[in-house]
Amino acid sequence: MRLEVDISSKAFTNAAGERQDVLRNIAFTLEPGEVGVFVGPSGCGKTTMLRILTGLDHDYQGRVLRPEPLRIGMVFQEPRLLPWRSVEENVRLAAPNADEARLSALFDVLELSEHRVHFPGELSLGLARRVALARALAVDPDFLILDEPLASLDAALAARLLGQIATLLEGRTTMTLLVTHNLDDAVRLGDHLFLLSARPASILHAVPIAKPRSARSDADITEAKAALARLCVANG
Amino acid sequence: MRLLSVAVLVVTWWIASLYVGNTRLPPPPEVLEAMLTEAKSGALFVNLGATLARVVLSFVLAMTLGTAIGYWMGRVRLADRLGDPWLILLLNLPALVVIVLAYIWAGLTEAAAIAAIAINKLPTAVVTLREGTRALDPALDEMARIFAFPRGRAFRHIVLPQLAPYVAAAARSGLALIWKIVLVAEYLGRPNGVGFEIGVAFQLFDIPLLLAYSLSFAVVVFVIETALVQPFEARLSRWRPRAA
Repeated sequence: MRLEVDISSKAFTNAAGERQDVLRNIAFTLEPGEVGVFVGPSGCGKTTMLRILTGLDHDYQGRVLRPEPLRIGMVFQEPRLLPWRSVEENVRLAAPNADEARLSALFDVLELSEHRVHFPGELSLGLARRVALARALAVDPDFLILDEPLASLDAALAARLLGQIATLLEGRTTMTLLVTHNLDDAVRLGDHLFLLSARPASILHAVPIAKPRSARSDADITEAKAALARLCVANG
Repeated sequence: MRLLSVAVLVVTWWIASLYVGNTRLPPPPEVLEAMLTEAKSGALFVNLGATLARVVLSFVLAMTLGTAIGYWMGRVRLADRLGDPWLILLLNLPALVVIVLAYIWAGLTEAAAIAAIAINKLPTAVVTLREGTRALDPALDEMARIFAFPRGRAFRHIVLPQLAPYVAAAARSGLALIWKIVLVAEYLGRPNGVGFEIGVAFQLFDIPLLLAYSLSFAVVVFVIETALVQPFEARLSRWRPRAA
C-alpha cells in the first residue's frame, strides 16, 4: 500500500479563455508511516495538487495511484467545521465508527476534552484548528493531509500543536502529507521534503531526512533547516 | 413592551372612533361584543377553524413543493433555465386570477381553493430556497466528499442547517401571504371561513362583525407567530454566538 503520484501537467482555462499551467512534473511516492512535506511559495498550486490527490479533481495529465479503499483525513487551511454542530458532533459525524475510548484519548492529547459540547463559533482559531485535527485523525486515516494546519497561530502554540501531531503520528502506518511555509515545521515532521517552484509548480528538490523524527536533535534541525534555506535562496 | 404597544393601538382606535363616528369605526367594546356573540353561537370557532385548516394545508403544500423545486433549481443548472420562465410567470400572476381560474376549472371545491392558495405562495418559496441553495458553502461540500460522508448524512448535517434560515424566511413571509389570500379565496367561493363571514358583513354593512372576524384571526396569527415560528427560529440559530 503506497501512494504513487506522477502528474505531468494540470492547466486551467481562465475567464479570458487563456490556458494557465498550474502544475508541471509533480512525481513522488509516499510509503505507509512516512511524512512528505511540500514547501513552496503562496499561490504556486499546492491546493490544486491536493484536490487531485484527494480525488476531487480528475482533469489532469498523468496518473495518481492510490490504494483502494483509501480513508482520507484532511485538515484544511481554514478549519471547515460545521458551525451548527458541537465539537464532539463535528468529530463523530466524520468518524461514526470511532469508539469512545479512542475519541477521549484524542481529545485528551489535543486538550479538547472540556470543549466537547461547545460550538465552533465559541472557539479560538487555535482550538478550532485542533478540532479539525481531531476530526482528521478520528477517522483513523490511511492518508492524512495537513494543508497549512498551523498558519496564523502564534509560534508557541504552533510548536506545541506540531508536537501533538508528531505524537499522534507515532507508530501509525498513515501516509501523511504536510503543506507548509515554515521550514522549521517541515524539518521537524518530514521524512521527505519537496521544494516547489512558483507557478506552474514543479518539484525543484526532493530532500530526504533519514534520521527518525523522534531522534532528531535541535542541532540536526538547525542544520537541516540551513541546508534547506540555502536551496531556497539558490532558487530565488 | 409588546403589551404597551397593543394598548397604544387600542387607545388610538378608540379616539379615532370618537372622531369619525361610531357608524364608520365602532369603538373597541362594540367589536368585542360582536366577537362574544359569534363566539357564543360557536360560529366564530367554526369559521376560524375552517380558515386555519386551509392556511395549514396550503402552507404545507406550498412549502414542501417550493423547497424541493427551489433546491433542485439551485443545484441543477438545466432545471434552473427550464424553470425560470415559469417562475417569472407565476410570480407576476395576480392572486385573483389564479383563484378565479381555479374555481372555473375545478369548480367551487375545497381542493380548488387550497391549490389556488398554494400556487400563489409557491413561486416565492422557490425563489427563496433557490437563493439559499446557491449560497451553500462549497468548502463544506468538499469537506464532506473528502471525509466520504454518505449522501443522507451530508444532507441532514451540512445542507439542511444552511438552508434553515431560508426556509424560516420563506415560512414567515409565506404565512403572511397565505392568510391574506385565503380570505380572498373564501370570499369568492367558499361557504364558511373568515373570508366568507367578512363577505357577509360587507353586504350587510355590519362593521363590528367585520372587525370582530379580522381581529380574531389576527390574534390567531399572532399566537402562531410567537408560539411556533419564533421558538423554531431560536432553536435553529442556537449555535450562533448571541449578539450583545
